[in-house]
Amino acid sequence: MKLSRKEVEHVAMLARLSLRDDEIEDVGAQLSSILEFVEKINRIDTEGVEPTYHVLPIKNVWRQDEERPPLVQEETFRNAPQREGSYFRVPRIL
Amino acid sequence: MELFELTAHELADLIRRGEVSAEEIADSVLRRIDQVEEDVRAYLTVTRDRALAAARAVDARRQKEEDSGPLAGIPVGLKDNLCTQGVRTTCASRMLENFVPPYNATVVEKLYQAGAVVTGKLNMDEFAMGSTTEYSAFFPTRNPWDLSRVPGGSSGGAAAAVAAGEAIYALGSDTGGSIRQPASFCGVVGMKPTYGLVSRYGLVAFASSLDQVGSLTKDVRDCALVLNAIAGHDPLDSTSVPMEVPDYTSFLTGEMKGKRIGVIKEMFDEGLDPEMAEVVKKGVKKLEELGGIVEECSFPHAEYAIAIYYIIAPAEASSNLARFDGIRYGYRANQEEGKELDLQELYLRTRSEGFGPEVKRRILVGTYALSSGYYDAYYLKALKVRTLIREDYRRLFQNFDLLVSPTAPCLPFPLGEKLDDPIVLYLADVYTVPVNLAGLPAISLPCGFVRGLPVGMQLIAPAFKEGDLLQVAYAFEQNTPYHKERPPLQGKSPAEAVEGG
Repeated sequence: MKLSRKEVEHVAMLARLSLRDDEIEDVGAQLSSILEFVEKINRIDTEGVEPTYHVLPIKNVWRQDEERPPLVQEETFRNAPQREGSYFRVPRIL
Repeated sequence: MELFELTAHELADLIRRGEVSAEEIADSVLRRIDQVEEDVRAYLTVTRDRALAAARAVDARRQKEEDSGPLAGIPVGLKDNLCTQGVRTTCASRMLENFVPPYNATVVEKLYQAGAVVTGKLNMDEFAMGSTTEYSAFFPTRNPWDLSRVPGGSSGGAAAAVAAGEAIYALGSDTGGSIRQPASFCGVVGMKPTYGLVSRYGLVAFASSLDQVGSLTKDVRDCALVLNAIAGHDPLDSTSVPMEVPDYTSFLTGEMKGKRIGVIKEMFDEGLDPEMAEVVKKGVKKLEELGGIVEECSFPHAEYAIAIYYIIAPAEASSNLARFDGIRYGYRANQEEGKELDLQELYLRTRSEGFGPEVKRRILVGTYALSSGYYDAYYLKALKVRTLIREDYRRLFQNFDLLVSPTAPCLPFPLGEKLDDPIVLYLADVYTVPVNLAGLPAISLPCGFVRGLPVGMQLIAPAFKEGDLLQVAYAFEQNTPYHKERPPLQGKSPAEAVEGG
């Protein structure tokens, strides 16, 4: 399974990663070889087999609706790359 | 014998008898860090002052004759993907280089409550993706047994620190073998518990259906003590299982007679280093001598495990790592003066500059496998094969209490040797990955040496049968000398260490 340059660029855009021109070639080749490696699963017949999304029988879990102290605002903003007062600063969207 | 060379239970005994203080132990480990860290490079952050303060607090409690429990005052290192309140948690990534979590992971909280002395945060492959610790964005860690070789990964810093005496034990995480493979490479005991037994709250997620926190220790008793401290239900983790947890040390009887042990024949085939095969087979023979009923068995879908792992893990990773967008925390691409990036450019540049090559590779594979048109062919197909692997185990465990295999197919390799070919590197996890796909518990034990390098033997049990695992592991360990070997690591002389430290 050889990925075309266009496919690599498309996947990168879906993943919100930008690749330099020289990276596209390398990454494309690596992705292709990884996909080629995983192709072997097509040799197995999985007709009628249920997928395992998760090893545990996961059910929704609810917690009590009780008051709890929230994170301290200053601690939360400590990691913000850019802030303005008590807001995260983001680029203009509209 | 220096204090840093001892196990947690040995040190706990000394503390209990009043022969040493927690501060003396912390001091010994911190001096050891000064002595060898320049060579080993296991730590991303050393929390010296916090460690000494915690040790003094344990000593103060003991003065008042409060019993603080078996891990109180014992120095522990934490893999740097476990959140530590007030201490930076980087995942060995530029993306989180300056991230200081506002909360502790549940396992960290539990260790603090048990009186742990945290010495710092340990190096790893970026976001736990890799098998050598060379994918750390900061620097590679070296194998204490041979500094020209890798310690394994992704908990390579954790395994190296324990082997080198820079921590008495460590916590790591295991998504496809990331505790067991470095434990094998560094000659320590590494355990991956059953999925759901130990809380993942505060563990930075890589592949959520596979990740599990576990321990790296010098021996099996320490492994049981750490599991006692970290296991149990956590309401903050919806995949944590509500169940009673036994005292795992009660399984350390030294007796294992009548245990039925299946030797997975596919894991002794041509993919395995022949000298290592001999060593592991000798280990299996030992289990038989100790009263185990040993029989060869077949694991038909083992050969597909790596292939589906490298679909499922990247798929989950691509989704988990979507949260790194440069807005609320983590790295953000620089905005040039006067010119504001638009939102799309901000995402693209932040993620491209913040993530390293292996992380990007896996995000791309995962995105591809989940994308429209390929979902059924890759992701869904992989999940169906995952079911077949679980069924293989279920069948095997009808006949056996435990399964045994080598932990890794090869000895620790020289730094840089396998970096160019991702698939060759992926195969370093070939014997460990199936366990994560089925959510089972497994342990890697030192079982010998080849050319001076450690070899690990893996034992696998049915879900929540950690007790059986520990029982057999302990019996093996009590009758073999390998866990007592320490790497021939010189480092700086104490005088140099003080000057340079």
